This record gives sequence, structure tokens and C-alpha cells, in this order.
Amino acid sequence: MPVKKLNLQRIKGAIPAWHGKIAEADLLPVCAAVREGGGRLLALWGSDERALSPEEAKTALVSAPSLNGFALHVVLVNETGLVALSLPLSAQQPVYPDLSLIFPAANRMQRAAYDLLGIKAIDAKDQRAWLRHAAWREGSFPLRKDFVAVCQHDSGAPAGEEASAIVQDATQIQDDYPFVQVEGQGVHEIPVGPVHAGIIEPGHFRFSVVGEKVLRLEARLGYTHKGIEKLLENKALCAAAKLVGRVSGDSTVAYAWAYAMAVEGVADITPPDRALWLRALFLERERIANHLGDLGYLGNDVALSFAYAQFWILKEQVLRNNATLFGHRYLMDKIIPGGVTTGIDESGKKTLRDESVMLEQEIHTLRSIFDEHAGVQDRYMGTGRVEPKLAAALGLCGLAGRASSQTWDSRVQFPCAPYDKLDVKIATHHHGDVAARVIVRFDELFESLRLQRDILINLIGGEDLAYPVTSLPPHRFGAGMLEGWRGEVMVAIHTDEKGNLTRVHPHDPSWQNWPALEHAIMGNIVPDFPLINKSFNLSYSGCDL
Amino acid sequence: MINNPHFILAILFQLTQLLLVVLAAPLLTGWVNQCQAWLQNRSGAGVLQPYRVLHKLFHKDMVLAHNASWLFRLTPYVVFACMWLAAAIIPIIAVDLPFSGAADVIALVGVFALARMFISLAAMDVGTAFGSMGARREMLVSFLAEPALLMVLFTASMISHSTQLPGIVDALAHHQFVLYPSMGFAALAFGIVLLAENARIPVDNPGTHLELTMIHEAMILEYSARHLALIEWGSSLKLFAYISIGIALFIPHGIAEMGNWAGLPQAVGFLVVKMLLAGAALSLLEIVTAKMRIFRAPEFLGTAFLLAVLGLLIHFLLGA
Repeated sequence: MPVKKLNLQRIKGAIPAWHGKIAEADLLPVCAAVREGGGRLLALWGSDERALSPEEAKTALVSAPSLNGFALHVVLVNETGLVALSLPLSAQQPVYPDLSLIFPAANRMQRAAYDLLGIKAIDAKDQRAWLRHAAWREGSFPLRKDFVAVCQHDSGAPAGEEASAIVQDATQIQDDYPFVQVEGQGVHEIPVGPVHAGIIEPGHFRFSVVGEKVLRLEARLGYTHKGIEKLLENKALCAAAKLVGRVSGDSTVAYAWAYAMAVEGVADITPPDRALWLRALFLERERIANHLGDLGYLGNDVALSFAYAQFWILKEQVLRNNATLFGHRYLMDKIIPGGVTTGIDESGKKTLRDESVMLEQEIHTLRSIFDEHAGVQDRYMGTGRVEPKLAAALGLCGLAGRASSQTWDSRVQFPCAPYDKLDVKIATHHHGDVAARVIVRFDELFESLRLQRDILINLIGGEDLAYPVTSLPPHRFGAGMLEGWRGEVMVAIHTDEKGNLTRVHPHDPSWQNWPALEHAIMGNIVPDFPLINKSFNLSYSGCDL
Repeated sequence: MINNPHFILAILFQLTQLLLVVLAAPLLTGWVNQCQAWLQNRSGAGVLQPYRVLHKLFHKDMVLAHNASWLFRLTPYVVFACMWLAAAIIPIIAVDLPFSGAADVIALVGVFALARMFISLAAMDVGTAFGSMGARREMLVSFLAEPALLMVLFTASMISHSTQLPGIVDALAHHQFVLYPSMGFAALAFGIVLLAENARIPVDNPGTHLELTMIHEAMILEYSARHLALIEWGSSLKLFAYISIGIALFIPHGIAEMGNWAGLPQAVGFLVVKMLLAGAALSLLEIVTAKMRIFRAPEFLGTAFLLAVLGLLIHFLLGA
């Protein structure tokens, strides 16, 4: 096994992960071997290591052996754990071999890495901009350390002709994006978004259709690019925790925990037992709330408005209990490096027990209505199918992956504490259609409610809620990963010579799953797209960063 | 003729109906929405919400596409006028109205078709993808709904030996109470047509924000302010007119005789009760139904046509 030949070092932390440098010639064979063994690409990003001195470069794990350069970081995952590989790139010509032929999901990550850092997958066919729309010019790269990000509001907005020139420039960039054209008799395009009729995140979808039948869909995202990775440079530990928790608001617990896990691994700290149980409680409550909301939406998208109202009443109840017991509806900032910020008392536990009894009954009833409603089943069955084989090829992960027989759930495969004591049952299905994704959601809801009950039993004693993490050792790499409600959320951190966060990369499972959506819609009809899209419910913000 | 008291009375009745219909139509829409809110466990916006929306829209500044032609600007008025005219033809509070004689049921279907033609053309006028998509789907639905509607009306015409709505209503309402099996089939067919033509679930979803699934809403996405207000009002009038046709054909009992002022309050009372029940039934039907895939709509409307033809055949074969 080629991975053995690599000089990998175990990363301390709650999940099994290894890190090591890799030479350019080894990258593709290693990736191919991992792919062959059923592994997947988890994340890909780059970092600017040009500031390192030669001595530091020798010791630093992430840096280039040669002086002054960039680094490409690739995280692969197989059944043993995470393998993070760092490839040094030269400062003058930062190029690396194209991974997208082995892992199709690499395509957009590579394009984003070029837009942000200027490191290029040299032989990749698709070199179109991904995250760069019009906020910065071609040839400048925000994540390079010499790029100074200026807030436009501070510098004074340009006026008059200059402003209109900028607008024109921006419009042209938007209009010039070369979508893949489908040609043939009767084929036409439907452009949708980025402004939609409903209140949803912005994304542009280009459909090539014949009549109502979709031949091809191409998504263009990046409209919610906020420069999060630039903002995270040199942030204090706690400030960074706050920001990472806002990468994708619906997964705030997963992000905050993954970040905390990475930091605690680097700092070599294990949070108090009670804090870990509370984190699991928060994560399961996040899953419950989001699954309830999604099931409501999935009812609403087939015009079953009562299901929408019913599920959202339940979701609202969960959120209100969150607000009352923990002080925030979506549990933002409740997880910090070293522990948690809030606990739960006996009366709170009782509230949650009562809530879960109520939820279980209600969800049971609603599920039987969904199951027995011929109209609903007619819309769900066979719609937006991703065959297991295709899902494996695309590296489909998370909930959507499990609905297509991809049995990955990091709570099961890499159970960090306290999941190692919980025995999570994985929910899978093999149809890969909207119906399967609904079934997996229902199954996971019941499982999360069961886990919540077990967690409440184990939440005993009035121990500490957090051990303080004040500083990190220099030149370290850390990674944390968790099964959020959508899929695996990973946060990787790099520290510089003073132990500051020089680079933080949050990774959303939507990176892998957006391309799969484009396959799922093929051959379906245009009016089924919103339903298929909602059954995946991917994050825009999490990928646009 | 001007001095003929009967004629003046008729004009008064006609005007009363015209005013009543145009003012009450949004109320019906509000009632349907309110019933749905109740059925969904929501408190709802109240039955007066459509009036507030109309008020808001009439006071907004209009946004008009640069390439919108006269057709686009004319359409809202045509649609509103057609729907109001349709509501004038149908005997809603009294039987023998002066306008009713001007057009029979075939012309009534034609009036609906005229409005549809305009709104479909206007949808394609600006050239957005959604407009043409909506127009295309609207045509798919309506070219199947129209013959079914005609068949329903023909069944009623056969029974009453008239294609004039007053004649039909007169025959059905004021003669001895008889159950017509043929009209039973026709009523089912009419119900399906009503759902399809008024963009209701399961064919279309008036409440959706998903532009890719829309039919009627997709056609009017480019409209704003008073144009949109007129189209929305027109939609309310259309629903009111359709339910009125249903009432006139299947439960006309209680409608006032021409010139019978004393019967008018009673007729209005009956109308209100019937409308409330019809609105509640419509919302109940919508709440328990999921929207069907668009290519199921032809089957659905095919069923309506089949039922209507069955009604007609039963009348021919059994004379009932």
C-alpha cells in the first residue's frame, strides 16, 4: 500500500488522522490508491508559506522544503481515518497535477484554490473562475499574505464614472462566464437565479432543456463569498471560533465543534467529559431541527402545505427550547475551544425528555401520512436519482450519500468521544431518489431522538464546562471532523511561528454534493428541480466562504 | 324601451350584480386563504388580506421591462375586463339579466379563452425564460380543460334545451326538483376543470415561490404595481365566476326571479352561504392534495373530459 511509504505522522486529536509531506510525483499515485481502496477526497486547499525562514521550513510540517513557496493540502479519507497530505509548491510557479480525474469533486476545490491563492492544477481542463466573480481582479489572490484586504466601506465608496466602470466591469464578468453549451434541435437554456422568487441563498443554475426535460444543469456559485478564510488569518482563538461557527448558519454546532476539535488536538487538551456530552447533545439537536425543517420544505415543495406548517411548528418548538435552555435558538457560540459555554440542569433535562416524547409521536404520525399519501409518493419515488455507483464515483457524502448506499457516517466510522459510547445506528437506503433521502431523514430523526435520550442519561455531575485554551504551539497542523446534519464538516488549522492561526480552512460537505445534484436532475423535468434541490439542501455559504 | 319599468329594473339588477361581484371577489380569495390557514394550524392573515394587497399594489411605482410592448401593458386591462364581463354574464343573484342574453355559454368559454390568449402572449412578450415556460404550460393545461368545460356546459344545455345560462338556470332551478345523474358526472368534471383553470392544487400552486414549478405565476412574474393588481383582481374574479358557474349549474336553488326586489336579500343570502361552503370545500381539497407532476395534468384533465362525455351519454341514453 503506497500510503505506508509516506512519512505520515499521527495528528493528536479526537479522530484518527495522519499528516505528512508528499512529493509531486507521489501525489497522483497515492490519490489513485486511496480511491482504489474505496477512499474519498475530503478537502483541498492551499496556503502561503513564503514567509517561512529556511530553518523554520525544515521543522514546519506544512512548509516547503525549498525556501519560500506555497503549499497544497489535500485531505483524503478512508476507513482508517483522515490522511492529510501537504505538497510544497514553488513561489514562482505554484502548480500541481490535476486531481479531478481521480476525484471529480476536486474540480471546484482546485478552481477555488486558484482564485484565492493562485496555485494552479496545471493540466486541468476546466480553468474557469469559481469563487472570483468581481470582488477582486484577475491576477490578484486574496489569500496571499501580501494581499491587503480593504473594506470598501472604510476606504470610501468610489463615485461617479469610477463607480459605473466598476459596475460595468462586474456585469461583464458575470455575463462572460462560459457555461457548457448543449446543442441540438429544440434545445434551449433556462437561466435561474442568483436572485430567486423565494428567500433562499443565491446561486445561478443554467438548465439546458428540451421542452420540460433537463439535458444538463450547470450551477454557478460563489455569490456569497465573504472572505472568511482571509478574515480568519491571525484571529484570536475565540474570535476565530465565533467566525467559524458562522460559515454556514444551519451547521453552526458542527463547525464550532470541528474547529474546537482541531484546536484541542493541536493544544493537546481533552475537554471535560460533561462538555463532550453537551456537545453531542447540541449536535443532535442541530440535526433534529434541520431535518424537521427539511421535511417540512419537502412537503411544501409538493404543495402539501399542512406538512410544512406541521413540521415547522415542531422545529420551532426545538428552537425555542434551545433558546430557553441554552440561550441561542441555533446554538451559536455554545461550543468553544476547550469545552462549552453552557450547561443544563435537571429541569432542562426534563423539558428535553418531554419534548422528545412529543416529537417522536408527532413525527411518527407525519411519517405515516407521507408514506400513505399517493400524491406525495408519486412525486418522490424515482425523482432525482443518484445511483450508488455514480454516488461512489462522485464521492457523494453525508445524508445524500447515505441515501445512495454510501455508508459513511463519521459518528460510526470515527466515533470521537462521546460517540464512542453511544453506538450510533447508521441510516442508509439504496434507491438514491428523493424518497430515499426523505426516508434517511426520518430514520436519522428517530435515531437522533434516541441518542438525545441516551446523552441526557449520561449527562451527570456538575464538573467543569471548559478547560481554557490560551495558546497553541508553533508550526502545527490540526484537523477536526464531525458528522453534521448535512455530512462531514471538517476544519483544518495551521499555526505560524508564534502559534497564531495563520490559516484556517473550513470545509463543507456541499463541495462534494453540489456536483452530484447536477447529475441527479438529468433526465428529470424542470418543475421537479426545486424538489430534488431541496432533498439535498446544500449550503451555498459553506462553499462560497 | 327606456320608459319600460321592467327594463330599468333589469339594468339596476345588472349593476347590482356587477358591483357585488367586483367587490366581493377578493373576499372569496381571502376566505379560501383563511380556511387554508386554519387547516394548516396557522392563524392566517384574515379574509380582508386580498384587499390590502390590492391597495398596496395600486399605490406602488411600476417597474416595466425596457422591451415591454403595448401588448404587455394592455393585457392586465383585457384580463380584468374579460373576467368582469364573464361575471356579468353568469346569473349570480338573479336569472334574467340584460347582459346574460348577449352571450351564451359558448361565448362565455370564449371570453375566458380571450383572456388566456392575451396573458400567454404577454408572458412571452418580455422574453424571459419563465414567461415562456409558464405560457407553454398554461396552454398545455387549458387546451385540455376547455373541451371538458364545453362538454359540461353542453350536458346542462341538453337538459334545459338552451345554451343561454339564464335558460339553463331557469330550467334547473325553478322546475320540479329532479336529480340528474348526468349532471352528477358533469359536476365532477367541472370540479376538475375549476381546479385546473384557476391554477389551484393539484395542477398549479398559487402559493408557491418556486419559479421553476409555476404555471400561472410564472406568466405574471414580470408584472408589478397596478398591472399586477389588475391581474390578481382578475384572478379573484375568475375564481368567483367559476364557482358561480358551478352554483348556477349544479345548485341554482334560491336565485332571485327577475325584478323580484323582495327576493334579492334572500338570493344574496343563499349566494353567500354557497360561496362560503364552496370556498371551504376548495381549501379542504387543496390541503389534502399534493401537486401532481405536470405531465400528470393531461391524465387528470382527460378524466374530466371523460366524465363530462359520460354525463352527456347518460343524458342521451337514459334521458336523465
